[in-house]
Amino acid sequence: SALSILANLTHVICAFGRDERRVDSRTIYVGHRPCPATDAFIPPKFCDNRIVSSKYTVWNFLPKNLFEQFRRIANFYFLIIFLVQVIVDTPTSPVTSGLPLFFVITVTAIKQGYEDWLRHKADNEVNKYLVTVLEDGRRTRKESEKIKVGDVVEVVEDETFPCDLILLQSSREDETCFVTTASLDGESNHKTHYTVPDTEKGLESLSATVECEQPQPDLYKFVGRIRFVTFFSLCVVSLRSLGPENLLLKGATLKNTQKIYGVAVYSGMETKMALNYQGKSQKRSVVEKSINAFLLVYLCILVSKALVCTTLKYVWQSQPGQEEPWYNQKTQKEKDANLYLNMFTDFLSFMVLFNFIIPVSMYVTVEMQKFLGSFFISWDKDFFDPEIQEGALVNTSDLNEELGQVEYVFTDKTGTLTQNSMEFIECCIDGFQYKNRDSSTELDGFCVTDGPEEEELFLRALCLCHTVQVKESTGQEDGVGDQVDGVLGLDGEMVHPAELRGFIASSPDEVALVKGAMKYGFTFLGMESKNMRVMNRDKDVETYELLHVLNFDPVRRRMSVIVRSNCGDIMLFCKGADSSIFPRVRQEEVDRISMHVERNATEGYRTLCVAYKLLSSEEYAQADAGLREARLALDDREEKLMAVYNQVETGMSLIGATAVEDRLQEEAAETMEALQRAGMKVWVLTGDKMETAKSTCYACRLFQRGTELLELTVRTLEDGGRRREERLHEVLSAFSFSPRSWTSAKQDYGFIIDGATLSLVFNSSPDSSHYKSLFLQICQNCTTVLCCRMAPLQKAQIVNMVKNSKGSPITLSIGDGANDVSMILEAHIGIGIKGKEGRQAVRNSDYAIPKLKHLKKLLLGHGHLYYVRIAHLVQYFFYKNLCFILPQFLYQFFCGSSQQPLYDAAYLTMYNICFTSMPILAYSLLEQHICMEVLMSNATLYRDVAKNAMLRWSPFLYWTLLGVYQGLLFFFGVRFLFSNPALQDNGQVFGNWSYGTIVFTVLVFTVTLKLAMDTRHWTWINHFVIWGSLAFYMVFSFFWGGIIWPFLRQQRLYFVFANMLRSVSAWLVIILLILLSLLPEILLLVLRKPRWPHSRQVRYTHI
Amino acid sequence: MASNYNAKEEDGHQPAAIGHGGAGTVKNKKPDNTAFKQQRLPAWQPILTAGTVLPAFFVIGLIFIPIGIGLFVTSNNIKELEVTLTNYSVWLAIFHPCYNCSQSYSWNSTKPCTCSVPFSLDQPFESNVFMYYGLSNFYQNHRRYVKSRDDSQLNGDKASLKSPSKECEPYRTSDEKPIAPCGAIANSLFNDTLELYYIDPNGSRTAIPLVKKGIAWWTDKHVKFRNPGGNDNLTVVFQGTSKPVNWRKSVYELDPSDPDNNGFINEDFIVWMRTAALPTFRKLYRIIHKKPNMTPTLPLGRYILEVTYNYPVRSFEGRKRMILSTISWMGGKNPFLGIAYITVGSVCFFLGIVLLIIHHKYGNRNHSADIRS
Repeated sequence: SALSILANLTHVICAFGRDERRVDSRTIYVGHRPCPATDAFIPPKFCDNRIVSSKYTVWNFLPKNLFEQFRRIANFYFLIIFLVQVIVDTPTSPVTSGLPLFFVITVTAIKQGYEDWLRHKADNEVNKYLVTVLEDGRRTRKESEKIKVGDVVEVVEDETFPCDLILLQSSREDETCFVTTASLDGESNHKTHYTVPDTEKGLESLSATVECEQPQPDLYKFVGRIRFVTFFSLCVVSLRSLGPENLLLKGATLKNTQKIYGVAVYSGMETKMALNYQGKSQKRSVVEKSINAFLLVYLCILVSKALVCTTLKYVWQSQPGQEEPWYNQKTQKEKDANLYLNMFTDFLSFMVLFNFIIPVSMYVTVEMQKFLGSFFISWDKDFFDPEIQEGALVNTSDLNEELGQVEYVFTDKTGTLTQNSMEFIECCIDGFQYKNRDSSTELDGFCVTDGPEEEELFLRALCLCHTVQVKESTGQEDGVGDQVDGVLGLDGEMVHPAELRGFIASSPDEVALVKGAMKYGFTFLGMESKNMRVMNRDKDVETYELLHVLNFDPVRRRMSVIVRSNCGDIMLFCKGADSSIFPRVRQEEVDRISMHVERNATEGYRTLCVAYKLLSSEEYAQADAGLREARLALDDREEKLMAVYNQVETGMSLIGATAVEDRLQEEAAETMEALQRAGMKVWVLTGDKMETAKSTCYACRLFQRGTELLELTVRTLEDGGRRREERLHEVLSAFSFSPRSWTSAKQDYGFIIDGATLSLVFNSSPDSSHYKSLFLQICQNCTTVLCCRMAPLQKAQIVNMVKNSKGSPITLSIGDGANDVSMILEAHIGIGIKGKEGRQAVRNSDYAIPKLKHLKKLLLGHGHLYYVRIAHLVQYFFYKNLCFILPQFLYQFFCGSSQQPLYDAAYLTMYNICFTSMPILAYSLLEQHICMEVLMSNATLYRDVAKNAMLRWSPFLYWTLLGVYQGLLFFFGVRFLFSNPALQDNGQVFGNWSYGTIVFTVLVFTVTLKLAMDTRHWTWINHFVIWGSLAFYMVFSFFWGGIIWPFLRQQRLYFVFANMLRSVSAWLVIILLILLSLLPEILLLVLRKPRWPHSRQVRYTHI
Repeated sequence: MASNYNAKEEDGHQPAAIGHGGAGTVKNKKPDNTAFKQQRLPAWQPILTAGTVLPAFFVIGLIFIPIGIGLFVTSNNIKELEVTLTNYSVWLAIFHPCYNCSQSYSWNSTKPCTCSVPFSLDQPFESNVFMYYGLSNFYQNHRRYVKSRDDSQLNGDKASLKSPSKECEPYRTSDEKPIAPCGAIANSLFNDTLELYYIDPNGSRTAIPLVKKGIAWWTDKHVKFRNPGGNDNLTVVFQGTSKPVNWRKSVYELDPSDPDNNGFINEDFIVWMRTAALPTFRKLYRIIHKKPNMTPTLPLGRYILEVTYNYPVRSFEGRKRMILSTISWMGGKNPFLGIAYITVGSVCFFLGIVLLIIHHKYGNRNHSADIRS
């Protein structure tokens, strides 16, 4: 058989040699030594090892940054306004819009420049780092950025890898090395990597080529192979496959290994770290969409105002003697100008005059509010988890308010609803149940079994069929004391303190199983160069040679090992989900065990079935050859491997099943209940079995006693032997058209669907959309939907379907594992739990919290407040600018539509920047119309702001009408006062600037007091900012009017404000107008039935 | 979007991972427990309910109504008389003494046109009487007009005197010489002369003394407007400048009798330079001071207003008038404020009553809620 393998290999090599030049693989010559086997050595061109994460250089910073900033539609709009002001003769100086724009652009540029400088610094640190490279047998030090693909690099302990390396040689005897990828994916545990087999000879003389795929960003995927060539004979080559276990990633750190040698395969920007660096696609919040819609309305108002004024102007001018009376002649240039061009420039001038209605400062304020506001989440000590010593993490501040708008919550089960810390509960061997009553080794049932052989076989299977590592207790590791506290405490909560053995595995189930076997007397001692050592009940050590590991994957849902026992028997042990094992074993065995499996599943345990098979040597040889061939394949390796696996894992016999308990997260049920009371619909998306998931749902109170469950699973579809599609249609229609009325009944419905049926729903060809909408309709009427047996991609599909359904509800996904990343990215808000399964989910999330229970405060508390804050901020901004600009518009009717501004330029500029910006910013950061405790204890309050309640058209209309009312009042109130402009007791008269100043004073006071009336939570900051703003306005006005400013062409406001204050009439009109403008607001406040029923309670709790 | 995930299943197994190197370095990231960071700053939380706002409504009503009545009475006590100098109405206009002047007069006329307008006072004007001239349909607030001035020139800046600001176009230069004061506002200075005579019952005319100082803002007169190089020798200072095209005399000839009221600091000029807010406006012209004895400033009887009609308004369909008015602490006569205050006060009072009824009728539910909490 060895010959046949060799033949196979050579066959492969020949086949490979032909398509060597393919673009989707690269060939690397280790140490840049040309391979004698190939005729022409063309050094391939790869990029250098420089990491460039910075966006700008000193030279292109200004143009590139400006270009990027002006790509934002708002900035561009303001730039256009500014340019119009510069070019066309406009009523306001370019400074009024140029200054704020300049401010915004500069601040953003400084921020981005600083961030880029930090990136430059970090890049340099990495690129200039000195590494040791083997060149022609000599060790040379060179800068990291000069490493070329093919260089052999030496890395010592605690150094990070300078580029992606294939591990050639390790100082450890077992040809492994340990790395930690904390900086890549946040997983701080040590991972084992293996050297390429058969590279024991000196690296100086090593001549080999590595062929591998082109760079791709998946951290956990790598396919390649290495070909060794000996100098003496050109045809003797040996070929080894390379996988992710041979690849050391740039950014990872070498641990517990003195030094390693590796050959660089990917460098610089082609390393997996660099490829993963690309930012996520940005999520936009719904509030922003509302803002844009409102902006459009205001733009229409703006344009129509400008059009009305332009028309009026020309109508007015057409009357005799109005266009050019003797006292107001035009210049020659103005006389010569083209009429239509004049009209156009007049239109532009009006646009400029009224452009303050869409303020630059709103964008700045919204950005600042979001940025600063997000700190409150990361500062919240309630989110701090003492176990992991971390609090919440905010990855994006754009979505704060979206947290208050969630309608659908998609949650993962394992690790999210449950703790993902497993405990072996019971097992079932050959139809008999074995239960571990307490932690002592007293075994119940073991005596009454009919076959101790079966028992031992089962326990051996548990001891052998896994990928668990034993934590070594030698001094090479961290030290024994540390191990006892740290390792056992962390990983093996249930481990007997006397046990010094720690097990490490990526999945807690495996550890639980191995520990379970240990309790029954079979202890896994560890690996000793491909031999697995197991101590049996008689304290004898059995060794098994590990021949193959048929890795776990989510599609097969099982894993197997092939081992050779001492006596030469070759055995395959397989464990996996019942659905994947049962079809591969005999039916009568299934019947004996399936009952136990189902019962365990309904109790909420995670069940696994164990099967085994004796392989004859022929069978093994065939399997071995198949596996080796598949492993060497460069493309479609996964598929080929899968085929071989499936082929091998047949005809097994079932020996038993295990049940492992996964405990619920702290307060999982309370949290879920609160979310449901807040009007959110919770969907559980899990890869687990239906029964397990269902019991978890009951435990979390997602399903209640009275909940009527609608099941749509493969099982329900398989009735009657008809085609599934037909049955699906029938069931779906039955659910949706059944006489039960969804809305009126108080009956809660729960819906259960599994992955297979779901794909049927999504993929059934002819009326797929019909099924989909039926399905969606049913789901949306259920309080809880449970989707089990889901592949990660299906999770995303579900989220996507709900996200794009009618009304586009806001979705939130919460998960902790890599399998949740797709749905976290897909949902409007992705939340990662800093759980035990690494940091993939956290890295891809928008917010990360340590525990599920924190979700309640995040949504009901922070989310609700943020939404109210930003909604009020947006409405208020539009309102205050409407009543700012409306008098200016009305004034055009009284000044011959000549674009004469009502307010002085200083007021025009400062209104949004200084006089009215700070109170609303403080409000939008500090407001708590209901305090946090009440929000949390009354989940139903969340419904008050659901469906964007504060930013819909009716509140917008209310604010707009309020703005219009106040604007009209300001203007006409002062207009009637000015019917006799002699307003002082010395008979002197006021002019147009006094007019504007009175209107402006009323305006500033009114909008500030309006905000004061809306403030329900007056901290000292609110007091300071609100009264401070008003005081600042007064001081500024005195100051601005108190001096002849040498740089001003016109001293328009000279002593206007002081003179205004000397007039009793002006005082009286100001007071009157402020009161009158706020009167409807006060009335509404009083008459409206208390909107927040608990506001009074709040006061008491606070005082 | 969802393509870049790494599969991991619930009952899954990933490649073996070993070790716990990261566990040793524990960084304490516990957030500070400060009131600000935990959003627990002590706060005052006012609650507006019908109960708390009700008294406010009554208080506002009770304050505003007396103020309004006071304002209304004050405004009514102010005596005001308007004398039309140019009449719009074509039928009546021809009977107006100034009809001829208003019809024929233009800037090209060389001879001043004069007319006398008789009027009578039904009641005497006590205390100081202020004499205004009013113009209608005169857009002093037109943008082109408002900006057509050079404040640094008016502030006595010599450089600006010689080269006025571009904003003054087309009233910047005349005959190659800079105009002082430049700009459309200065150019269109109101230049009618109004004189007031009291007709004694015996038929003799007594000129009423009109004071021309104290009509402009103090700060304007003393700070904002300044003659270049002091108030002496204005002729020399303004050498090389040209008078505004519509003016009959130069700026230094505005009031040769009083150096303190000549040139840029001429108060008639300063008053004109403060542009009006609305197209119909009045500007203070003269003050008739109260007589020291107890006799009224303007006793009732017949008067004659002698007008030197220099200022044409017919071309833009404007209207000219003269107003005599007394002044109170609230300024000139304006019933608006009083009426507004009375109205708002009454509305508040009324709302207070309505709210009281609502509070009593429907408030029980709210009230009980209050008690419960």
